Amino acid sequence: MDYMLDALRGPWPWYVAGPLIGLMVPLMLFIGNRSFGISNNLRHLCAITQPKQVEVDFFKYNWKEHTWSLVFVIGTALGGFLAGIVLADPLPVQVSPQTLAMFQSWGFAAPASQMVPPEIFSPTVRNLTLLFASGVLVGFGTRYAGGCTSGHAITGLSTLQLGSLYAVLGIFAGGLISSWLLVPWLLR
Amino acid sequence: MVAAIKRYLPYLLAGVMFGFVLVKGEAASWYRIQEMFHFQSFHMFGIMASAIVTGLVSVQIIGLLGRKHSLDGQAIEIPLKPSGKANYIYGGLTFGIGWGLIGLCPGPVFALAGMGSIGALAVLAGALHGTWLYGALKDKVPH
Repeated sequence: MDYMLDALRGPWPWYVAGPLIGLMVPLMLFIGNRSFGISNNLRHLCAITQPKQVEVDFFKYNWKEHTWSLVFVIGTALGGFLAGIVLADPLPVQVSPQTLAMFQSWGFAAPASQMVPPEIFSPTVRNLTLLFASGVLVGFGTRYAGGCTSGHAITGLSTLQLGSLYAVLGIFAGGLISSWLLVPWLLR
Repeated sequence: MVAAIKRYLPYLLAGVMFGFVLVKGEAASWYRIQEMFHFQSFHMFGIMASAIVTGLVSVQIIGLLGRKHSLDGQAIEIPLKPSGKANYIYGGLTFGIGWGLIGLCPGPVFALAGMGSIGALAVLAGALHGTWLYGALKDKVPH
């Protein structure tokens, strides 16, 4: 029992986590002929909350047909709670030695947890502004591209779609720009 | 009520599984995302590659087994993305810049929100505004 709990607490190697993520594609098809993807929910949430006096056409549709998708992300949050709080792994993330040295050169402390650094995620005005602004890019970009990592990199590439390949190339290029230039520059 | 539970429970459970794996595989980790973009570990590349291969193979298997209907009786079809190029590249680029900064794509945003991260809620608030902004500017950006 203890052995099983320890295995569940993780961290899980890539060859366990990756295939389980990939299985979401056939699983969603099997459950209800759905395309696995997360960022559409941002659109549905806008459709739900859009005030009558603004009414952008893009958000005028019957979001109730997409309740299944909203239920899915409620499950995702619940899964995060179970994995990150209830069955939390007490050890910090084990990144490579070069990555540790890089964080140090950026002025970050060595990781004390698995997920996010307090230097960016502790709720100060500066951090919340940066997080909100980056969120705007994530929201705008995913809807512009019609999908995010799940919809394009996982579902799109595993069903051999050209548009998704373009999107993934764009996503990776954007990530390189941020990670090599903006993160060291903004957070110095 | 029973019908609604029966209809939506599979999605809830699939979502729980997804959120759980994102956290345990550390795909929701800012640290891992920076490590990936600097090519300093195979971990995230392994996750992405094995996820894509698993998706590809299992979708083929569904086809080979002749499974034609989902649990709720709909015909299974592989959903096709609309054709286009500029929107995929520019949209991907915009999203990627945000992702590289804060290390969270939309799935992990929800998983971290479930862990009670105020920062993740700030990202979610921003993402909703960004989504709305796209909806408002849709006809003014190249597609």
